[in-house]
Amino acid sequence: MSMASLAGADGYGTKVRQVAARYGIYIAFAVMFVFLSVWSPWFLTFDNILNILRQCSINGIIAVGATLVIITGGIDLSVGAIVALAAVSASSMAHPDGYPVIVPILVGLAVGALCGGVNGFIIAKGRIAPFIVTLGMMTIVRGASLVMSDGRPVINLSDEYNTIGGGYLWGVPLPVFLFIAVVLIGAFLLHFCKFGRHVYAVGGNELAATVSGLNVGRVKIGVYTLAGLFAGFAGIILSSRVMTGSPAAGAGYELDAIAAVVIGGTSLAGGTGAILGTVIGTLIIGTMNNGLDLLNVSSYFQQIVKGIIIISAVLLDQYTKNSR
Amino acid sequence: MASDWLLEMVGISKSFPGVRALDDVCLRVRAGSVHALIGENGAGKSTLMKVLNGMYRPDAGEIRLRGEPVQINGLKGALDLGISMIYQELNPIPAMTVAENIFIGREPVYGRSGVVNRRKMNADARRLFETLGLDMNPSARLSSLSVAEMQMVEIAKAISFDSEIIVMDEPTSAITDREVEKLFEIIRTLKAANKAVIYISHKMNELFQIADEMTVMRDGRYIDTQPTDRLTPQSLISMMVGRRIDEMFPKEDVPLGEVVLSVDGLTQAGRVRNVSFELRRGEILGIAGLMGAGRTELVETIFGIRKASAGQVRIDGRPVAIASPRDAIRHRIALVSEDRKLMGLNLRASVKDNVSLIDLGRYCNLGGVIRARQEVDVVRRQIDRFKIKVSSYRQIVDTLSGGNQQKVVIAKWILTDPEIIILDEPTRGIDVGAKSEIHKIMVALAREGKAIIMISSELPEVLGMSDRILVMHDGEVTGEYARADFNQEAVMASATGNH
Repeated sequence: MSMASLAGADGYGTKVRQVAARYGIYIAFAVMFVFLSVWSPWFLTFDNILNILRQCSINGIIAVGATLVIITGGIDLSVGAIVALAAVSASSMAHPDGYPVIVPILVGLAVGALCGGVNGFIIAKGRIAPFIVTLGMMTIVRGASLVMSDGRPVINLSDEYNTIGGGYLWGVPLPVFLFIAVVLIGAFLLHFCKFGRHVYAVGGNELAATVSGLNVGRVKIGVYTLAGLFAGFAGIILSSRVMTGSPAAGAGYELDAIAAVVIGGTSLAGGTGAILGTVIGTLIIGTMNNGLDLLNVSSYFQQIVKGIIIISAVLLDQYTKNSR
Repeated sequence: MASDWLLEMVGISKSFPGVRALDDVCLRVRAGSVHALIGENGAGKSTLMKVLNGMYRPDAGEIRLRGEPVQINGLKGALDLGISMIYQELNPIPAMTVAENIFIGREPVYGRSGVVNRRKMNADARRLFETLGLDMNPSARLSSLSVAEMQMVEIAKAISFDSEIIVMDEPTSAITDREVEKLFEIIRTLKAANKAVIYISHKMNELFQIADEMTVMRDGRYIDTQPTDRLTPQSLISMMVGRRIDEMFPKEDVPLGEVVLSVDGLTQAGRVRNVSFELRRGEILGIAGLMGAGRTELVETIFGIRKASAGQVRIDGRPVAIASPRDAIRHRIALVSEDRKLMGLNLRASVKDNVSLIDLGRYCNLGGVIRARQEVDVVRRQIDRFKIKVSSYRQIVDTLSGGNQQKVVIAKWILTDPEIIILDEPTRGIDVGAKSEIHKIMVALAREGKAIIMISSELPEVLGMSDRILVMHDGEVTGEYARADFNQEAVMASATGNH
């Protein structure tokens, strides 16, 4: 029954569930944070926290786009490959003697947005399942980045270009600010704009949205374009940071992004979710990776833990939803 | 210990966090009888039935079968005790066949192999349909059936368990009058076989036709049980709502204005044939007919959800081409659709997000940023105007009662300030109180000079609320009646094609 919101004098267990339902993910994050602070002397240091944030920023930027897509009830498997194509195409414009730094940035963003736009267009007009379209796009884009780079990483990039991913502002890595900016843009679009409301409406009940006169196709093209744009941005930051535009970059990033979204409480069924949840989901994954490193857990084992966390997060979500 | 009663539920209480859903409720049902369970939505009927079918465990009270106290453990436990139920909301598996749906979980197999004996399953289904007098193909896919046919499959399934007690929750909400008659025959057969039927419905005429006894519930409490012959619709309604409703339909005569909508020879391949009519400002045009008569298809074609294959629609005398709901909305048409959960609402969103959705741009600045305070003000005004019972405008629509959900849909469409309002089964499955409020809203809208089309399968509602009635049968208009000539028998005759 859907009575939990009315609260009341009932059992302690119910109350715990209600609290868990609202704040479960935050509590889980806090517990993890405190645990690691106690366990490892290196965890709670300024440098390490910045390190975590920087490591989170690329996945976080992609995950903001994935949140929009997933709220419409869709999925985007192509963003990891888009990271690579954007990295390669931006890097090839970033030769030290080449164009001003704005050119590779715009090229990377445009490539990402274009791939995403094509995804959206085919999904909306061709009425094909997003899983299929973006799976195909993933392969195409990965292939395109290999063709474009002839299979070799693009190196010898300008110092200006390197600043994007490697620079600092007030002692904080630049990607952290870029991550925050993308989060703010995403949250603004989703929670304060007409566009965001339409995103929820399409994911909540597509037929009702159509009957209500919404241009459902345009909303879908919009979210996939944004997902591609953000993935392109992530590709720029990544290649800039490692000073290499690698056609192999970003493999599996789409799944990390989806994991962050799901851990953050956004349902794959569409219609519900929020950017803040995704931010927390991203931080949980990043903090966990960092913590396991500090605790000397092998990276092989880390994968197992990550999988367990994803499933547990959804189980927790399910459990708290059933109490409503 | 012998007992007069096949089933006794005594002193049943059940609470959910913050809500006492059932408070000391009793229900006693005789074998070989039809027992109607009546009450407004939220009265606790469904909760009581979920206690009976093992979905909920009661906090207090006792359930006795033939005088013996029993524990009901889950749906399976209920079935084992001979209690089966037809749900208000259908849960068919569209990709599976009729027979597969009926025998799901207990398919006949070859020996102990686990391989389904399809031939036997289909034969069993066919035999079942024969005894029920239904004409249905066991190997048809569910997805190829109409809603009414799916409902009959569901009924057949419940009966196939050979249960002692069969609960029917709004079994006629989606079926035609002809099938209702068939259902009643089935119920009489069950009665003759000394089974008990618990029948939940909002439709008075059905209750008085089929029920032997009636139990009324209100606000989670037991009110009374009476044999049907000691009750009248009036007394029953006043027991249900706890107050007398003297006037069942608040229809007022409004002076009619000029023609706002005219439909000429509208045809939609296979479903709607050559339909013509005019609609005036201030008018409520009722469209009567049986399920499958093409009424919903007609209004969906006008609204641009379906493509017209021929015909012309004029608004204010000018021909218009409406190819999508967007076009229809631009021409100030609103459609409160037949199935609010399917087409009307985003159940996962708040009341506010649903109400303001269509014309959201009006509450945004040029950059598409929502002016939150203005939006909330407008939504609050709609909530007040339509008396929608919510804890807050943030309440998720899924958690509202059917009547309140329907009001949300109406509030949402009225916010677009339409001139032509199409209401497709506006009061289906909602309680008497909310129904009457929706009728009042319709009257108020007509008084404002709006033109209203109301599709309804309940004859009293069509007769009570319309200025004029159009009757459809098999995609065609088979009768048109002005208010002065309203006549139940004549409308029914047109609806069945016997004109």
